[in-house]
Amino acid sequence: MPSSTPASASETARPGGRRIAGPPRYEELRRAYRLWRRSPLSIVGTALVGLILAVAILAPWIAPYDPLAHDFSVRLQPPGRAHWFGTDQFGRDIFSRVVFGSRIALEIILIVSVISGGVGALVGWVAGYFGGRVEEVLMRLTDMFLAFPSLVLAMAFAAALGPSLPNMILAISLVTWTPYARLARGETLRIKAHDFVEAARAMGASDLRIIFRHVLPMTLSVLIVQLTLRMGTIVLTAAGLGFLGLGAQPPTPEWGAMVSDGRNYLVDQWWMSTLPGSAIAAGVLGFNLLGDGIRDILDPRLRR
Amino acid sequence: MNLTSYIARRLALMVLVVFGVLVITFVISHVIPADPVLAILGGNAPAERVDALRRQLGLDRPLPQQFVAYLWGAVRGDLGRSLRTGRPVWQDIQQYFPATVELTLSAILVAIVLGIPLGVISATRRNQVQDHTTRVFSIVGVSMPVFWTGLVLLLLLYYRLGWLPGPGRLDLAILPPPTRTRLLILDSLLAGNWAALGNAVAHLIMPAFVLGYVATATIARVTRSSMLDVLFQDYIRTARSKGLVERVVILRHALRNALIPTVTVIGLVFGGLLEGSVLTETIFAWPGLGRYITTGYISLDYPAVMGGTLYIAVVFSIVNLLVDLTYAFLDPRIRL
Repeated sequence: MPSSTPASASETARPGGRRIAGPPRYEELRRAYRLWRRSPLSIVGTALVGLILAVAILAPWIAPYDPLAHDFSVRLQPPGRAHWFGTDQFGRDIFSRVVFGSRIALEIILIVSVISGGVGALVGWVAGYFGGRVEEVLMRLTDMFLAFPSLVLAMAFAAALGPSLPNMILAISLVTWTPYARLARGETLRIKAHDFVEAARAMGASDLRIIFRHVLPMTLSVLIVQLTLRMGTIVLTAAGLGFLGLGAQPPTPEWGAMVSDGRNYLVDQWWMSTLPGSAIAAGVLGFNLLGDGIRDILDPRLRR
Repeated sequence: MNLTSYIARRLALMVLVVFGVLVITFVISHVIPADPVLAILGGNAPAERVDALRRQLGLDRPLPQQFVAYLWGAVRGDLGRSLRTGRPVWQDIQQYFPATVELTLSAILVAIVLGIPLGVISATRRNQVQDHTTRVFSIVGVSMPVFWTGLVLLLLLYYRLGWLPGPGRLDLAILPPPTRTRLLILDSLLAGNWAALGNAVAHLIMPAFVLGYVATATIARVTRSSMLDVLFQDYIRTARSKGLVERVVILRHALRNALIPTVTVIGLVFGGLLEGSVLTETIFAWPGLGRYITTGYISLDYPAVMGGTLYIAVVFSIVNLLVDLTYAFLDPRIRL
């Protein structure tokens, strides 16, 4: 579309349209804080995520035992004063393993978010910016990946690459970049319509410069919100793959793998599966509640 | 655009998507693995056996040729032979898939029966206790790992309390009905085998609930928000002001229109259930396609894994197509 004024003017004037640029003002932060404080679910979510972060950072000080140390004199102990979550078939302290497992969970979230967010955003920027055939090809590719049930695809990738933590992270990233691509494309199309892009081009800025200096910073906030919304799903997918043996290999204290380890002991040693499983549930719940809260704050239409 | 050309366009897109799916499974099965032949024979096999098998599987040919062969095979339903069962993968899929269908359909049923009323209650009692409870129930639902809820329920309801039967589709002591549709419930009904029917239903309750819980949450959320959209519209006020009973306003006037987004989401959720069935079937030793695939991972049975994945992806896109078509039919504005 030729960038005559009405296109951009209607963009900015659209009610409920996002603010164009600039750091969030103090006023907005205060409004966000008020909304957050009024929602008990967001507070619970923040607390859970904060707890996991704290546990991951302080793991060596919180965990009473070495998560990998075998001690056959205390194997299969029920939860008690010495071992809060009991012990497994090798006498390893499950509480310590769960505590160290939080580091693995966060590591997965972080790397997957960076890879899938980065790849997705790049695809979206390029598609949205260049348009035409490039856009057609890239977006149909995105459609194909979207048409695939993502968990099944991630499993297939992980199985083909060989089960290991890095391969699982790669597999999850390969199936989760699509929403960011769509989002980044939409945002880029919106930004491209503005006059300042035309102005930059008129002054001789290269495509690369326009994408990285103008488009990128303006899509970043939306992408980051989307990334936080999906962190719960990442934990869930990773735990599912770990449970199927397609993720971290023993003796790594990965939560999903721990649930799977305890399956054979379910009847008599219930704690082996269920307690690491509740860590997964708490983690996913925390990220989902926090994500929901953030979305409610940012999207006025949902606020009712 | 009229409905026919919309359908034509959607069908063309689906053909494209299925082709893409084939490309992806081909890449996964033929390009990524270090060496499928070594996976079959093991690392110590003599070189001539490795070469022979490579020729036999067509792995010595250039990749584009392999892809054409793969494509041609898939079109004819030839997905290779499972390394574990020794039978054609297509035959295995036909045997295992009905169990998955039975499970996912029951889960959908659970989700609809629970989710829609929950959404309606939540919307009509907005910001009251019922609404908050439903919201918590929903967000907990999408946050619980199905394999964990499955294990906890098995532990409680089967091992500890013995209220429901454990893993599997049918107790060993029960004589299964003759196979007609491979849907156990339907087969038992057709054969008039009430013992098998009761047992099969009892076996289905836990997995269907575990799988359906996630979908219940999604359906309840969508129903709530679309009910809220509708409830604020003028014709609802008109209906109320002309003195209609609240129940009629809600069920006849509001819910009917609010259900359009719910219908779409039910279709979308079905895809999610196909995925979730992979983990649920593993927990409940349910002899479906999901378990067939996960057993394939463990035994490095690539043809089975890829065949099963391909099949699920194709079913998934067919369901998506049907959803879009239903939606276009229900809401003419979409066809624009």
